[in-house]
Amino acid sequence: MNLHEYQAKQLFARFGIPVTRGEAAATPAQAEAAAGRLGGELWVVKAQVHAGGRGKAGGVKLARSAEEVREAAAALLGQRLITKQTGAEGLPINQVFVEAGSQIERELYVSMLVDRAAERIAVIASAAGGMDIEEVAAETPEKIITVIVHPAAGLLPHQARQLAHGLGLNKDQVKQFVKLAGNLYRLFIESDASMVEINPLIVNGEGDLLALDAKIGIEENALFRQADLQAMRDPSQEDEMERSAAEHDLNYVSLDGNIACMVNGAGLAMATMDLIKLHGGEPANFLDVGGGATPDRVAAAFKLILSNPSVKAILVNIFGGIVRCDLIAEGIVQAVREIDVRIPVIVRLEGTNVDKGKALLSESGLAITPADDLTDAAKKAVGAV
Amino acid sequence: MSILVNKESRIIVQGLTGRQGSFHAEQCLEYGTRIVAGVTPGRGGEEHLGQPIFDTVSDAVEATGADVSVIFVPAPAAADAILAAADAGVKLVVCITEGIPVLDMVKVKAVLRDHDCRLIGPNCPGIITPGECKIGIMPGFIHQPGRVGVISRSGTLTYEAVFQTTNNGLGQTTCVGIGGDPVRGMDFIDCLELFEQDPATEGIIMVGEIGGSDEEAAARYIRDHVTKPVVAYVAGVTAPPGKRMGHAGAIISGGEGTAAAKYAALEEAGVATVRSPAELGSAMRAQLGG
Repeated sequence: MNLHEYQAKQLFARFGIPVTRGEAAATPAQAEAAAGRLGGELWVVKAQVHAGGRGKAGGVKLARSAEEVREAAAALLGQRLITKQTGAEGLPINQVFVEAGSQIERELYVSMLVDRAAERIAVIASAAGGMDIEEVAAETPEKIITVIVHPAAGLLPHQARQLAHGLGLNKDQVKQFVKLAGNLYRLFIESDASMVEINPLIVNGEGDLLALDAKIGIEENALFRQADLQAMRDPSQEDEMERSAAEHDLNYVSLDGNIACMVNGAGLAMATMDLIKLHGGEPANFLDVGGGATPDRVAAAFKLILSNPSVKAILVNIFGGIVRCDLIAEGIVQAVREIDVRIPVIVRLEGTNVDKGKALLSESGLAITPADDLTDAAKKAVGAV
Repeated sequence: MSILVNKESRIIVQGLTGRQGSFHAEQCLEYGTRIVAGVTPGRGGEEHLGQPIFDTVSDAVEATGADVSVIFVPAPAAADAILAAADAGVKLVVCITEGIPVLDMVKVKAVLRDHDCRLIGPNCPGIITPGECKIGIMPGFIHQPGRVGVISRSGTLTYEAVFQTTNNGLGQTTCVGIGGDPVRGMDFIDCLELFEQDPATEGIIMVGEIGGSDEEAAARYIRDHVTKPVVAYVAGVTAPPGKRMGHAGAIISGGEGTAAAKYAALEEAGVATVRSPAELGSAMRAQLGG
């Protein structure tokens, strides 16, 4: 789950990480009033969307008067921002963040995430801030410094100093950085973050460190113990179909093709997409109905799939282990009847009670195409569109 | 022969009295698995499914001499359950639980370095030595004692590999579902090492998926240390970057963890790769001949 910049900055402030002063606004009038409260002569109006690359996409505007702040907010609010991370549809701008302008002497980069190979938190810093870190990693990997944190010890001062010296900070800034990095680590742990990123972390006109941007991802699996953060969720920034799938305990990811799939198990669901592609088709989605696929859940899955207008055929691929094929077959029959499915449905069943399941499908009198195995199923689905 | 578990393994079930624990433990018992106790804090002294229940793993181990524990405890308490088993001296912990926070697993992995204890999972189907011992949620009836070792990050894809090798008569020595989480217990290399040493295992099937670099590390290990034929499939060729595909660990991030890179590494190491999971069984049959 991602947080907006303004939410991340609230959290930063709570953990003692220096941030630019600013306020979120949902209307141009609110934005203008915020500028008045912040004071000064220069403001930045930033679109609040769950995606990077906002600046290049026109989502960050400079304003030199309260009037200009209002105009910038009016130009952004209600629009959709398309950045290189959003896809072609972009994300809706429902709020802007109005912040006091900063004098920027240097732009640095710092982030934390769980390093899978080390199985520990990695802290990453770079003197090349304000750029896409993946670009920096590809072009000038020597500019990236990483330290790995032992979970019992936490981020140690000498590790933070190592990063600070690598960034070329002066004596006073090193002290500031050590404190900032320690607080950021504490935030990461206490918030169950999956990623925190400050890009850029700036040295301002006074020579002080300041988080100009703030990105925080919270781990979905830990939300049960992060009620405050869960309340910050913004469903408008999430894929509508993926959100509605999650409400039914279904794992769904939208893709661009026209053959929908419904599968039990995440690995088999991915493999089914791959098989469709291998046989010349294009998958419309990833969908894992899970191990406890009940008839209701199967019906919900069908409705979800069919709400995508590009779908021209449905491939159901079930390997019944604990889940029984006859129960799945019942669910399919019930769903196809109820929803009045008018596109080809190809079903491959294997595993527990497979014969009973197949019999249920053929006795239903519905236009369901049975498939003998994985390959046969993929070929029939591709042939049907 | 087999790896890690066999008919002598004595197993306790943490969370035996829960709905999931009861359901799956019953099926394990039917398969012939030697479950010797259950652990549910606060219910020590009771009996469930004919098994004595203990308050702590230590008590259960002391009373029964168990050497394996399987965990069906809900995610918020699962990390603690893993370490309770390790502290009690259990040698193999199989954690089925899905949805354990990754920072909990970071701690678990750090603590496990101080223990002589292997962890399988979490978020996995478990481990089975066909005909001897089933510890987990896989359907027992598709397995058959035989010649192939199976290692997989995915549950249902493991079943595909098993089903195919049962149908073509190869059978399996042991099948290990290592799980779909980014921070987990045993990885491909740990299992490859054991299968390489196991005289009954003639070939190894590896089922990987997008995310992380375990397949690449496994490829290097196979090149240098594995003499037995390895057949591999990697799921997620069509998965878009930045999207989590069901499993917490199945995500391509920053251009890393793609199926293409994993296939390339495996092929360079001399592994027989297949582009369709339907060909795992036949590819292994071709490797082993006869």
